[in-house]
Amino acid sequence: MSKTLYTITVFSENRVGVLNQITTIFTRRQLNIETLSVSPSTIEGIHKFTITTFADDEVVMKKLVRLIDKRVDILKAYYNTDEDLVHQELALYKLSTEKVLEHGSIEYLVRKYNVRILEISKDCVVFLKAGHFAETQALFEELANTIGVLQFVRSGRIAITKSKVERLSDMLAKREEQKRALEQEKVME
Amino acid sequence: MIVKENQVQSVVALSASMEVAVRGENRMGEEANARKEIEAREEILSGSEIIVRALMAEGVDTLFGYPGGAVIPIFDALYDHKERMRHILVRHEQGAVHAAQGYARVSGKVGVALVTSGPGATNAITGIADAMMDSTPLVVISGQVTSNLLGSDAFQEADVIGVTQPITKWAHQVRRVEEIAWAISKAFYIASSGRPGPVVIDIAKDAQVNSCTYSYERTTFLRSYQPVPEPEEDRIKQAAELINRAKKPLALVGQGVTLGNAEHELQAFLEKGGIPFASTTLGLSAMPSGHPLNRGMLGMHGNVAPNIKSNECDVLIAIGMRFDDRVTGNLDTYAKQAKVIHFDIDLSEMDKNVMTTVKVVGDAKQTLPLVTDYLEERTHPEWLAEFEPLHEKEYDRVIRSELYPEGGAIKMGEVVNKVSEATRGKAICVTDVGQHQMMSARYFKFTRHRSLVTSGGLGTMGFGLPAGIGAKYGAPDRTVCIFVGDGGLQMTMHEFGTIMEHAVDVKIILLNNSYLGMVRQWQELFFEERYSSTRMKNPDFVKVADAYGIKGRKVTRREELDGAIREMLGHDGAYLLEVVVETKGMVYPMVPAGESITNILLGNSQ
Repeated sequence: MSKTLYTITVFSENRVGVLNQITTIFTRRQLNIETLSVSPSTIEGIHKFTITTFADDEVVMKKLVRLIDKRVDILKAYYNTDEDLVHQELALYKLSTEKVLEHGSIEYLVRKYNVRILEISKDCVVFLKAGHFAETQALFEELANTIGVLQFVRSGRIAITKSKVERLSDMLAKREEQKRALEQEKVME
Repeated sequence: MIVKENQVQSVVALSASMEVAVRGENRMGEEANARKEIEAREEILSGSEIIVRALMAEGVDTLFGYPGGAVIPIFDALYDHKERMRHILVRHEQGAVHAAQGYARVSGKVGVALVTSGPGATNAITGIADAMMDSTPLVVISGQVTSNLLGSDAFQEADVIGVTQPITKWAHQVRRVEEIAWAISKAFYIASSGRPGPVVIDIAKDAQVNSCTYSYERTTFLRSYQPVPEPEEDRIKQAAELINRAKKPLALVGQGVTLGNAEHELQAFLEKGGIPFASTTLGLSAMPSGHPLNRGMLGMHGNVAPNIKSNECDVLIAIGMRFDDRVTGNLDTYAKQAKVIHFDIDLSEMDKNVMTTVKVVGDAKQTLPLVTDYLEERTHPEWLAEFEPLHEKEYDRVIRSELYPEGGAIKMGEVVNKVSEATRGKAICVTDVGQHQMMSARYFKFTRHRSLVTSGGLGTMGFGLPAGIGAKYGAPDRTVCIFVGDGGLQMTMHEFGTIMEHAVDVKIILLNNSYLGMVRQWQELFFEERYSSTRMKNPDFVKVADAYGIKGRKVTRREELDGAIREMLGHDGAYLLEVVVETKGMVYPMVPAGESITNILLGNSQ
């Protein structure tokens, strides 16, 4: 059975050890994490994890997300397939300046792959490319076959959903409401 | 519900000054005068004193533990509060956690264990994992090395958070004294709310020693954690409609009913719908064994009728249970004909093993009455009658010869049944793990709630004795009968010392077959009787008990059994009744692991 790439988005309290809690759940279900990217979200104190993994079907994802969601420090976890998302990765390529010069014009590469050049020194040239996996990979292969790549690094995926609503803010609003109701109850008592 | 109970207790337990302080907290910002008064009452306390005060504020009056280097300050603080906070010194940290589990299971309160860093904490792991599997509310406090030594392989340092995170509901390390009250408050809220579970609070020694201002507020809300999902009206209606249309409904009762204190709500639900039910092992004492709709226990060693009928009913109603593999057998052939309604507080249990038609997520204490309101009164006499021939078959093939054997060696079921009758089903039945456990679950008759304490999910040998000690503290007015095997008893037999020191009145019934019986049974059935490492050469258990001042008696002949049970129950204090049972007894019925739940072995006995 061919596997589908899923993107899991997790919002958590910014606390030590949350990543460990999340990865344990992947490990127990024998799911390999393909990429991982973590950063503070727009809401202070809340961190956002974007994780990609291959899985057989949606059932696996549903169970995974519920288990992540269940952890006390996790606010919310979602899963999506690529169709629902605008997503991006970054790649950096370090090339030997000497080899680049030997190669001749790099205008062709820059135009074809929409490369940005971050650094040129006596020893090396650093390319930056943003795109989907296939795009950064294509550039890597072309460079490897022509100029040679000294170092290569690719970031984890970052993604946002195409739908209009920010799902976390709905959830937080609801929780605030519940908190107020609870406080009301306390006062009544 | 559990939370509310604790709140009441906490108010009782609070000292007068603290009561003012806590109530005052709520008014802060509104009344400047009140605030001033409270601030005047706030005290600068050491971390250790804060730990003890916080525990008292949570209504804790009993804790189980073992001292060590990293918790000496906490034990020192306990020294000043002996009247209000009882510490039960166990003989091994595993025992402390199991005792806290037994305490929690019978009382519905949060069990508390206190252990030192490193080996103290790692010894507690088995109990913590057990509590996680069986959703037992626990707070385990472990000491930790001084915070500046963390991560340096300091003496008695272990990565307790790293180790316990996957087997706890929450695990948190406290490095600063200011965090202690906050962490303990959160720990109790998390452990006891929603689907309960164990929480570990790992407290660095310097946090215990340093001081800060103490004030305590109970946690009732965390934005990232919603313990009780709100009932959904349309699901409630769908469930009721499905049940009203059912010709052959069958309810599966799990421990969730007990954890949610929803026993009466369940009974009203089952009786209105005339729904026959069977229980998981952990769900057993949620309903009386003798209830007319009770069709027994589910699963591998459960009763024939409900297992067969799981695959014949038209609507299967699962309540607070999680379709464990020991209950369902092979999932590919399990209840495929039925529409499944699943009541559970934990969304992640929905569709985990069995796909459901209607999911009723929420607290059973809330959701069951909502569904009951929509139910039509039914009796289903024909459907109920269908269980009878199956039950008769099981009685003829298995039960009669187990309970009332004509000669031969004493049988395990026979002993359990006699103890159950002698206590009129009112005792708390605590078990270890193995053949005697299944015999206890099958043949002990329950008349009261929270009466079975057993390690279900993790199947921890060595659980019984310490859990029984905890159960006695959780329900001091009840008789506690601990059924153990010769293998399991020896795993935690050192807790005889705890029984001796604290004069814990538990009745230990040792069913000794000189084998690791359940494994031997599998070897007999599935490994060509190659009894690899299951025969045990045992000590003289009565002598061991005697060394600890525990009265004991060994019974080998059937004629002595009734008298010995009477003597045990009449004895004031702990008692070890060793019964030598048949060496190669079998627990039947049995569904071999991984087979269809209807593929039931009944054995050869007639």
